Amino acid sequence: MLSELMRHGIRFIGLILVQGLILKNLEAGYLINPFLYVLFILSLPFELPAWIGLLLAFALGFFVDIFYGTMGMHMAACTMMGWARPAILKFMNPRDGYEFGMQPTIQDMGRMWFISYAAILIFVHHFVLFYLEIFSFREVWLTFVRVLVSTAATLLLVIITQFLFYRKRESA
Amino acid sequence: MRNLIVFLARHYFFLLFLLLQSIAITLVVQHNYFQHAAAVSASNAVTGSMMETRDQVTQYFGLREQNVQLAEQNAILMGKLESAYLNYDTTSFTVEDTLHRLRYSYIAAQVIDNTVSLRNNYIVLNRGRLQGVEPDMGVITPGGIVGIVREVSDNFCVVMSLLHKDSKVSASVKKDGTFGQLYWEWPDYRYGVMVDLPTHSKIAKGDTLVTSGLGDAFPSGIPVGTVMDFEKKAGDKTYTCRVLYTTDFRKLQHVFIVRDLMRPEIDQLKEKAGVKNAE
Repeated sequence: MLSELMRHGIRFIGLILVQGLILKNLEAGYLINPFLYVLFILSLPFELPAWIGLLLAFALGFFVDIFYGTMGMHMAACTMMGWARPAILKFMNPRDGYEFGMQPTIQDMGRMWFISYAAILIFVHHFVLFYLEIFSFREVWLTFVRVLVSTAATLLLVIITQFLFYRKRESA
Repeated sequence: MRNLIVFLARHYFFLLFLLLQSIAITLVVQHNYFQHAAAVSASNAVTGSMMETRDQVTQYFGLREQNVQLAEQNAILMGKLESAYLNYDTTSFTVEDTLHRLRYSYIAAQVIDNTVSLRNNYIVLNRGRLQGVEPDMGVITPGGIVGIVREVSDNFCVVMSLLHKDSKVSASVKKDGTFGQLYWEWPDYRYGVMVDLPTHSKIAKGDTLVTSGLGDAFPSGIPVGTVMDFEKKAGDKTYTCRVLYTTDFRKLQHVFIVRDLMRPEIDQLKEKAGVKNAE
């Protein structure tokens, strides 16, 4: 249990640092801004009470905001994502429910399930974030393109990270 | 009362969401309307020192180019030294110069964090209040302008880059002095748009744009960009120009913060006249 807690803690800090010190300054091309740190919210356990997930998402957004100097934007986007997650999980419930001990990863839940789960939530996050960033009704269409392109980029990074760092859980 | 408790118990998740979301949105609104009001910002000491450490590692990758730039800049400055001029006056003596008063001084700073691919980009510099930096000072490189200081902590400051939705600089055409407003043409970090340039301007492709000196942040005559294209849109009475910035925002390392020594006097005067700072 403790090691589980520690793993999430390390992921929390690690993802914030990677996002704030490396990915932020990455120049991947016009309109492409990946936000890998949302992987923390995506990989919260199924059993976690929804309100704790919401508070954790809020805190995550706060720390990322400090790095970006954009007070409130990432908080708002993450809070929206933390709120949508339980509903999405309920909607995507497998026929016989979530098995205890399963993690929301490609390895445990399968490619189709994970990619649709991640894509929806990342889209929600980026949508809120980018429209809050322009904070007006200018550039609505270009911003929508940016939401789509960046969602794809984040999703790709999330999948790569999963293959690099997550192992299939041994049945124990 | 019982009903209220039942209501709270049933909808606690949504209510918590509303609470957190309204906190976040309030912060966003504050940050947008009162640029200096943010309580926590990227200029804080913790992230500042982390960014500085990262910069100490990554700056080695651009050393060669930075050296060339600094050498060029040295050459220009050496040309302005007293010893570069031949003195015809054999009976020279020093006088108190009453015609020229020093107006601007410059604080050299290192870029420790910079982005170009976001909608609103900020730059973090390793100079702060203790080194004399104050909000609203301009930031330049030898070849162009960079942005305006927004927030200052003891040892760091956050600069609103030209690459920002709120960036607006008064620029003038170097050869005839007509001026307009320069904005960023998102999403390409190399280009800006100048609007409101009067049609009597004799502008041509390739013309140099310089700062007009009308704002408070920049001295006049600092290069800003070159004109790529200009047109008079139907119904407009002014030209709209596409501008290539002279500053390469991707390669910023050494910059100068402009300190206007006469700023207090100007501010005082403006206050007396009841003029608000245009921004």
